[in-house]
Amino acid sequence: MRAQFIFHEVWIGLRRNLTMTVALVVVVAISLALLGTGLLFVKQVDNTRTYWQGRVQLSVYLCTAAIASPQCAKNGPATAAEKAQIQQQLRGLPQVSTVTYLSQGQAFAQFKQEFAQDPAFVNLTNRGDIPDSFQVRLKNTQADAGIVAESINGAPGVDQVLYPSSILDKFYKLLDGARNAVVVIAIILIIAAILLVANTIRLSAFNRRRETSIMRLVGASNFYVQLPFLVEGMIAGIFGWLLAAALLVAVKSLGLNALQGYFSFDVQLRSSDLIEVIILTLIVGVLLTGATSFLTLRRYLRV
Amino acid sequence: MSATQSSACDGPVIHFDNVTKLYPNQSRPALESVNLDVEKGEFVFLVGPSGSGKSTFLRLVLKEERPSEGRIHVAGKDLARLTNWKVPHLRRRIGCVFQDFRLLPQKNVYQNIAFALEVIGKPRRFIRKVVPEVIDLVGLEGKRDRMPDELSGGEQQRVAMARAFVNRPMILLADEPTGNIDPATSIGIMKVLDRINRTGTTVVMATHDAAIVDSMRKRVIELEYGKVVRDQSRGVYGQAY
Repeated sequence: MRAQFIFHEVWIGLRRNLTMTVALVVVVAISLALLGTGLLFVKQVDNTRTYWQGRVQLSVYLCTAAIASPQCAKNGPATAAEKAQIQQQLRGLPQVSTVTYLSQGQAFAQFKQEFAQDPAFVNLTNRGDIPDSFQVRLKNTQADAGIVAESINGAPGVDQVLYPSSILDKFYKLLDGARNAVVVIAIILIIAAILLVANTIRLSAFNRRRETSIMRLVGASNFYVQLPFLVEGMIAGIFGWLLAAALLVAVKSLGLNALQGYFSFDVQLRSSDLIEVIILTLIVGVLLTGATSFLTLRRYLRV
Repeated sequence: MSATQSSACDGPVIHFDNVTKLYPNQSRPALESVNLDVEKGEFVFLVGPSGSGKSTFLRLVLKEERPSEGRIHVAGKDLARLTNWKVPHLRRRIGCVFQDFRLLPQKNVYQNIAFALEVIGKPRRFIRKVVPEVIDLVGLEGKRDRMPDELSGGEQQRVAMARAFVNRPMILLADEPTGNIDPATSIGIMKVLDRINRTGTTVVMATHDAAIVDSMRKRVIELEYGKVVRDQSRGVYGQAY
């Protein structure tokens, strides 16, 4: 009885200001979708970071006959004694955890594997083109990479020292910037959504002022007077969330997965990440519409 | 103190103790030092010109307004000590009828009356039983499916009275119930109010209608500029009229 009565009232309310309800649903949907996209970006960046954290953190490339950098031109290819010297020096550094030697043969095999989809590129490359190197793992964070690189750079036999963070930092900056932009727009839209919820509820309360005045007169409790409006706001929130969830699935499967295609490393977002984000947006959506309706009603439907 | 404790049955149903109501931005109080008691089962006319404080009196009883000074007890409850969330329970014991009927235009007679019970969470079976009874009581047999705009003014007021009475309130407040109705029809309305009064419900009716007051010979409280100038049992509207 009670539930049926309340849902009947809710239905009347939603139907009576249909245009407002539609606007509300769309704004809630877009703001939640943007918020979710921002969160997916955060997760993507995190995943990429952990991926690289677990990988080789520093590569010390050695001079070979094929390399014509000024550094190598001066000394010629690295000799066995120089290699031993470099390895010793690296092992002696307090920041370094392990040092492994990657021969030209191993490096070429790895290269062939990584670019297996691109045989033309592999065919153009010869075994001797890829220099041998020391792969260095650091004890702590990527922050030490610069110090280690500094101390070994310029040693005889060393061509160049590369560490992924130096390359990835630009990529991270790009992702972080995109994430921040998305979150800022989401926040602006959420504010718009809050104002729209407040307005819709106010309009709805105004449309039904006869009913509510009679309800108050015959002694309906505040709960009974306010619940239809509250449910009305939350239903709009849930519809908005459903739309947002569909948009997020699209963002992940079309946007982020396509972005992944450009990189050879495998840091796809899992479905569980997407589900987590969608659940989070549901909570935000329902809280947002529910709390706003409640606060609006406190102002407009006093005893 | 004991008056608050004791059940609502023995004390007056409405008790005004030196009540003054001053609205903000007004120099003259709407009610000034009003002392009065309305006993259970009484029928009281509240008379006086516009602005004399009749509506303020009714609003104070409903706790739609708070008095600036003085104490009000309704149905044995001290209104000053009634918390906001208890106010709905007070209002369930008070029925209200207005000059402008205040029916819901999209609901028919039955639905308008049932609405008052639905919103206080009464079970459907109870509603199905009592609504037809009260429709008969106010004399609207056979019109339960009519919409308000298909009814005459008198019939609409009967629906409003049925809605006010369907929950068997202790008090019925009527604010100019015959104000929009021609004299012949008003007699019918007064008969319904009298019938409601005979069930033991206290009726307080604010009115301008001298003919009705004179014909009923009930208690008359006259207000002027917010003061009680006359309180007479079996009174008339006033010598001057």
